[in-house]
This record gives sequence, structure tokens and C-alpha cells, in this order.
Amino acid sequence: MTTTLNLTRRGFMVIGGAVGLTLGMRIPLDGRDSAHASPGYPEEINAWVVVKPDETVVIRIARSEMGQGTLTGLAQLVAEELDCDWSNVTTEYPTPATNLERGRIWKSFSTGGSRGIRESHQYVREGGAAAREMLIEAAASAWGVPKGECSAKKGVITHAASGQTTTYGKVAGAAAKLAVPEDVKLKDPKDWTIAGKPLKRLDTAEKLTGKQIYGADLKLPGMLNAAIKQCPVFGGKVKSFDADAVKSMPGVKKVVAVEDYAVAVVADKWWQAKTALDALPIEWDEGENADVSSASIAEFLNEGLSAKEAFIGNKVGDADAAIAKAAKKIEAVYSYPYQNHATMEPMNATAKWTEDRCEVWCPTQNGEAALAACAEAAGLPPQQCEVYKLHLGGGFGRRGAFHDYVRQAVLIAQNFPGTPVKLLWTREEDMTQGRYHPVTHCKLTAGLDADGNMVAFRVRISGQSILAGAMPQRLKDGADPITFQCYAPKGDHSISYSFPDLLVDHAMRNPHVPPGFWRGVNANHNTIYTECFLDEVAHATGKDPLEFRLALMENYPKNQAVLKAVAERAGWGKPAAEGVHRGLAQCTAFGSHIAACAEVSVTGGKLKIHRIVAATDSGYAVNPQQIEAQVEGSFVYGLSAMLYGACTVKQGRIEQTNFDSYVVMRMAEMPKVETIVMPSGGFWGGVGEPTIAVAAPAVLNALFAATGKRIRSLPLSKHDLSS
Amino acid sequence: MARININGQTVEVDADGATPLLWVLREYLDLTGTKFGCGVGECGACTVHVNGEAVRSCVVPLESVSESDAVVSIEGLSQDGTHPIQKAWLELDVPQCGYCQPGMIMAASALLAKNPTPTDKEIDEQVTNICRCGTYNRVRAGIHRAAGEKA
Ligand code: FES
Ligand code: FES
Repeated sequence: MTTTLNLTRRGFMVIGGAVGLTLGMRIPLDGRDSAHASPGYPEEINAWVVVKPDETVVIRIARSEMGQGTLTGLAQLVAEELDCDWSNVTTEYPTPATNLERGRIWKSFSTGGSRGIRESHQYVREGGAAAREMLIEAAASAWGVPKGECSAKKGVITHAASGQTTTYGKVAGAAAKLAVPEDVKLKDPKDWTIAGKPLKRLDTAEKLTGKQIYGADLKLPGMLNAAIKQCPVFGGKVKSFDADAVKSMPGVKKVVAVEDYAVAVVADKWWQAKTALDALPIEWDEGENADVSSASIAEFLNEGLSAKEAFIGNKVGDADAAIAKAAKKIEAVYSYPYQNHATMEPMNATAKWTEDRCEVWCPTQNGEAALAACAEAAGLPPQQCEVYKLHLGGGFGRRGAFHDYVRQAVLIAQNFPGTPVKLLWTREEDMTQGRYHPVTHCKLTAGLDADGNMVAFRVRISGQSILAGAMPQRLKDGADPITFQCYAPKGDHSISYSFPDLLVDHAMRNPHVPPGFWRGVNANHNTIYTECFLDEVAHATGKDPLEFRLALMENYPKNQAVLKAVAERAGWGKPAAEGVHRGLAQCTAFGSHIAACAEVSVTGGKLKIHRIVAATDSGYAVNPQQIEAQVEGSFVYGLSAMLYGACTVKQGRIEQTNFDSYVVMRMAEMPKVETIVMPSGGFWGGVGEPTIAVAAPAVLNALFAATGKRIRSLPLSKHDLSS
Repeated sequence: MARININGQTVEVDADGATPLLWVLREYLDLTGTKFGCGVGECGACTVHVNGEAVRSCVVPLESVSESDAVVSIEGLSQDGTHPIQKAWLELDVPQCGYCQPGMIMAASALLAKNPTPTDKEIDEQVTNICRCGTYNRVRAGIHRAAGEKA
């Protein structure tokens, strides 16, 4: 039995004992009979498409929408091949347990690494095309004509010879009974009419009226609320707590230990739980990391800059030898701090546990990983668990690889069998229990020939590996390949300069602060290192930073093209407004080629970023309007990080506890952003993350042009620009 | 039992007087459109109108609000999403994740009510909410568009 819970139009309805919801989709009441036993999934044409008698087209989306527009973009790709009427399109999330039950028919649910579209475009388009073929075939057989004589457009099927027409809604029932064709032909992107167009997002209206339900907003019948405190020192434990001191406070149901490192208070209302938790005496055993500080971490990383042992990421010729005999050598050391994702919606999850079933409602970038976390915490096979994805109030990498908040919610809910419990972190927990942008230091050395040409490049990265902390199973012989984003010999994060002699290596140094994938990942600091350092070399050798770069980029014409595009649009080489100075940056990240030109001025020690021109070549552009939004948004994220972003460590813990100490950029500082979307075709690059990487170095290079100050450590707020 | 006037209706709330207005709205009145972002008055996700002023409800205790104060939350801003700010937001596709947007919309609508054609500088000063997705430029454009419609 299934029921429809429609959050989007009728508000939040609760039917029967169990509740599920995802974007107004069909949710099984108990999860187990959801996937209408094969061959009967009578409502769907195939796994990707449902057409209703009223012509509504429901497109199934496996990846998560967290603001980046993937939901709309993926729906455009399916709708394009389906040839339906875009105004009839709605979407729904299939659930992770249904995916499992149906042999992972929707493949990956993972939404990270700007891969939502570039990893799934082929099979989602095939899903749309197969459904179109089935709908046409159903109409053709009803008319008794060959299906090759029929065509479809905007949800209407026509047999031109006889002049007959019908609609998708009318033949959907018959089409659903047909076999799904295997080989379908996809359209040439140049014939696209829905994909590739700057269509409006599908998920805006509810976000304007407060009706959109996020994880933090969920309310289930009989639900209890939990607040949690984890040992502020990573790796530390709870020594003791005095539950009696708070158990008679208003609304309090129970004080529970969560494994050995956290305590939660469960109450009727969240505010009551939080108030009691604040009053709860807790003693921590802070463990061996209680003395770690930012200074001790810096020392640890500095040592790695000259260490003998290092993992090699890219090697051409013999850079050390070439530098030793170079006519001139330029060297600089850069560094990058810890940063918090700080999604606007703090971590949360709601769980309902019984001995034989566990359900979780949560914002997640990876429904399948959330399901695995739920099952593991519940001590149940995943088949007896389910995850209902809710809209994310931001993800940025925090809610993809890590489902610590899901595990905690399940463990807490085990204290109340059959009763849903919502765990919501305070902002303070969110700030101090993150999975942080890793710290690295980097020494860069350029070898120049007698004419001032840069002929050798040596890069030593010392610092934290995300994979070592987050996914050690993905290390390759101990090395972390993603450390070398934007330095790799080829691929999605290829270096985009050529040198006769090149060496990039990584001395892995892992402090105790847990690292995470943070929007832009390692491309962020690596691009600052390269782009600011090359700017240093250009200035030191008296060369124009644009010409200097272009000369080293002859093997990377797509990168040259985006760099030239921003230079031209920004007016590089022509005088800027009085007091305004420009800086450039470019790279390849997440499969796209991007460049930026920033314009800044500095008055009385105060930086003003006037304008940034950005160009993106993502191969194909599924929705240019959304790409623009992503570029603007990624600049806010990247510039915020550059201006203020630093989580410092004292006595083993993160010092910044809320937005008063972890400052982020606000509207007043936001520059004008001009986006050039220039898809050159033939490949699929990501758009959610790449441009972050060029925001900071473009601004820092412009800042140098304005002041002569070379900023080699962030955030900028700790530097004095006035002298 | 406290009495407050919310979205034009007087309601009774059985909550401790120290409970922030934000949590009264969210947990006692099921008005979850007003969001929790920081709890310390920094982010603006919890912005509501109290007597026409944009107020950060996470730092307003229930006991400081009286029945004669008109509290308006995002749910009460317009009948069906037709406030000029909401219409402009829809036309410009302002939201990304959308979590900050109820607060942005309440801050922007309070500004327009007092200042029908704000300058960029006035917008900067009055709309200081945090958006981590980075919708600032579209928020600004949305305010100007709504101002144009009203003017
Ligand atoms: S939640 Fe009130 S200002 Fe952030
Ligand atoms: S739209 Fe996501 S925080 Fe503003």
C-alpha cells in the first residue's frame, strides 16, 4: 500500500502510522512493498518517468537538491529526451531502500564533487528516451500503425499519415506494460530545446512562503526532540554527567549517553532539551589531543616542507636538478587554514527505531550512505531500514561523506522504541564538530633561465589528507590522489601549465582535527598556491601576468580560451578606473575549465572588491542561468573563505563557535559578478564547485597589483593592508 | 499562559517566558517557515516583523512580546506568496537552498515598507542576513525589482 504525502501543495499531511515524504512523492507506508513487485510497477513508464492521466510528468531524481540546481538540471535532461511538455514536469526522490531493492536501478545517489549531472547525464537521458519510445510504441499499436511513422513533441504523439494524435497521459497505462528498450538514440545537444536553456528552477515557490520543509522543520506525530553536546576536543570522551541535575526541568524525558563521546538531552521541545543540556554538568576526558594548538599544527606542517619522504603527484624531468642549475630561483611558502562548511541549516536527523525496523528523515547529499549509517547504528540489515531525504539547507560537502548526525539520531532514538526523535545540533556544535577544510602549507619554487623564462616548477605540499581522515580505503598505497587536484598530470583536475621540469609532491601530515570535503575541496588552496605564485614570478621577471600565463599554457587551449575571455571582458591591458587594479587566475577543476579576473581597490587599508568576471567551459551547459547562479554563489563561498574563513585550534578544540567568531561575507562586500558561460562541447564538466578555486587568487593578485603586498596566508582579515 | 498576536490572530502559548520567540513560532505554533540558523542574532534566518520592524526572533524572549505587538512571520507576509518581494524573488530565481530566504524576505520587506526605493548602500545596511549559498546579488536585484514595481 502506498500513499501520497504532498508537502508542496497541501502542507504537511500525516497518514497512517508511518510517514515519509520527499518533494510530494509517493512514499510506501511501511517501505517494504513500495517497489510494486516486478514486473508490476504499474504507475511508471520506467524507473525515471511516471506519466499521470492528467499529463503530469513525474521525473525521478536520485541525486540531492541542496541549492545547486541539480534537481532542475537533471529533470531538464530527462524531459529533453522524453519530449514532454516542460510545464507539466514535477520531480520526486526515489528512496535509498527502494534503490537497493530494485538492484540499484537509479545507480548512485551521491551528490558531491560537482558530479550530479556529469556522472549521470548518459543514463538519465537514456531513461527519458526509453520512456518516449515506449509511449510512442503504445500509441502506434493502439492505432495499428508502425511506430516508425509516429513522432512525439511536447507530450503529444502524432501519426502524420492518418492525422491521428494522442497524448502521453492517455497512453501511459499501456506504455507502462511494455518492455523497456535497451538501445535508444540520444539527441545531439545542438537540437536541445529544454536542456541547455536558462529555465527557471522547479523548486522556488515553496521557498518563498516558508512552506518548504527542511530536516530541521520536520514534525512527526508524537515526536521528541534532542540536543547534543560532543566532547569539544576531537578524540576525547565523556568522563561523567549528572542527569539528576536536569531531569526535572520542563519537558525533559531523558538524558542519554551517545557512545563514549557525547551526551544528549531528549525533551518534548527542542528548546527545552537545549536549555537542560546547557544546565547539565558534564566532565570530559579530553584525551591526548588536549594540548594541540594552531601553532603546534603549523610546526608539524612546516617540518613536512623539507621532509625527505613524500608522495609524488606529478613528475616531469628532474625539477630539483633543473632548479639547482637555473640562472635564477624564486621561492615562496604559502598556507591555508581550517574552515567550516557552516551550512545555514545546522546538522539534524530524525529517527524512529524499533527492534525490526529503523527509519530516518534527514537532509543528506547521499541517501545511500545515510541508509548505511542508519542500518549500522540500528544494528539492522539495510533492507529493514529506510531513509527519506529532505531538502538540504546547504550541503557543501558536510552532508555527503559524513553521517555522524544520522548515527547519533538513531542511537538516541533507540532509547524510545517506536517514537520518532529529532536531533538538531546547535550552531555551536555545528561550528566545533565539523569536518573541516584541511590545512596545508606549500613551498613553491620556480627555476628561471637566463632570459627569465620559467623552465622548472617545484611544489611541495605539506599537510592534511582528506581521504586519510574520511575514506582511508580510497588511499592508494598510502597516498591521497585528490591532494593533487589541479596538479594532476591529466583528468578532471589536470594541471594547466607545461614545464620541461616539474615535481609536485605531498608530505602527508595529519593533525587530529577531522578533515572533510569542503566545496571546492583541494582545488581551493592548490589554485591559490599556483596562481598567486605564478603571479609573483611574472612580476619578478617583469612580465605581464596574462602573457606570462598564456605562454605556459600552449598545451591547454581550453584554459587559454577562458583566460583570454575574462581578460578581454574585464579590459585587461586597458586602464581601469582610478585606483582600481586587476588580478587573474585560472585552472581546471571538476572537469571544467575556469578563469576569473578580479577588480579591487584598497583605500585606507580597506579592500573593496568591485567586480569579478568569470568564465566557465563545462563542455555542455545544461542550464546557463543556473550556472550563473552557481558561479555567483561559489564566489561568495570562496571570497568568504579568503576574507575571514579560519577555524583556529586551542587546547585541542576549535575556537570559533558561532557566526560572531566565524565571520562570513555579507551582502555589503559582494562584488558585481559577470559570468561568461562558454561551453565548447564534447565533455561534461561540473559547475557547483570549480569557480571557488579562482575567486581568491584573482582577488589576491589584484590586491598585489593595488598594494604591492603579497598575501601568502589566509584569511586576509589577519593582515594589515594599511601600511 | 502567554498571549501573542501572530499573523493577525491572537493565540495562547503555554511556554516558559524565557523561550525565544523563534522557538515559540516553530515548536508551539508550528510556524516553521522562520528558521534557526545561529541562535545569537548573527545570521537573520529567524527574522520576523514586530510592529513592522525586522527583528531577529532567536534573541527575543516570549515574555518581552505583548499581545499588543503585531508579530508577522513569513507565513503571514502575504496570502499566497504575492508580496512584491516574493514575486520579484520568483521572477529572478533568487533562492538556492532557500534556508536563509524567509529571513531575507522578511528583512527586505521591512526595508521596503519604510523605504520604498532603497539605494544599494541602504540595502547593504539594512539587509545583513547571512546566505551561505551566495544569493546576495540576486537578493539585491530582487529588492530593486520589487521597489520598481511598487514605485
Ligand atoms: S537564528 Fe536568529 S539571527 Fe541567526
Ligand atoms: S539560499 Fe542557501 S543559505 Fe541562502
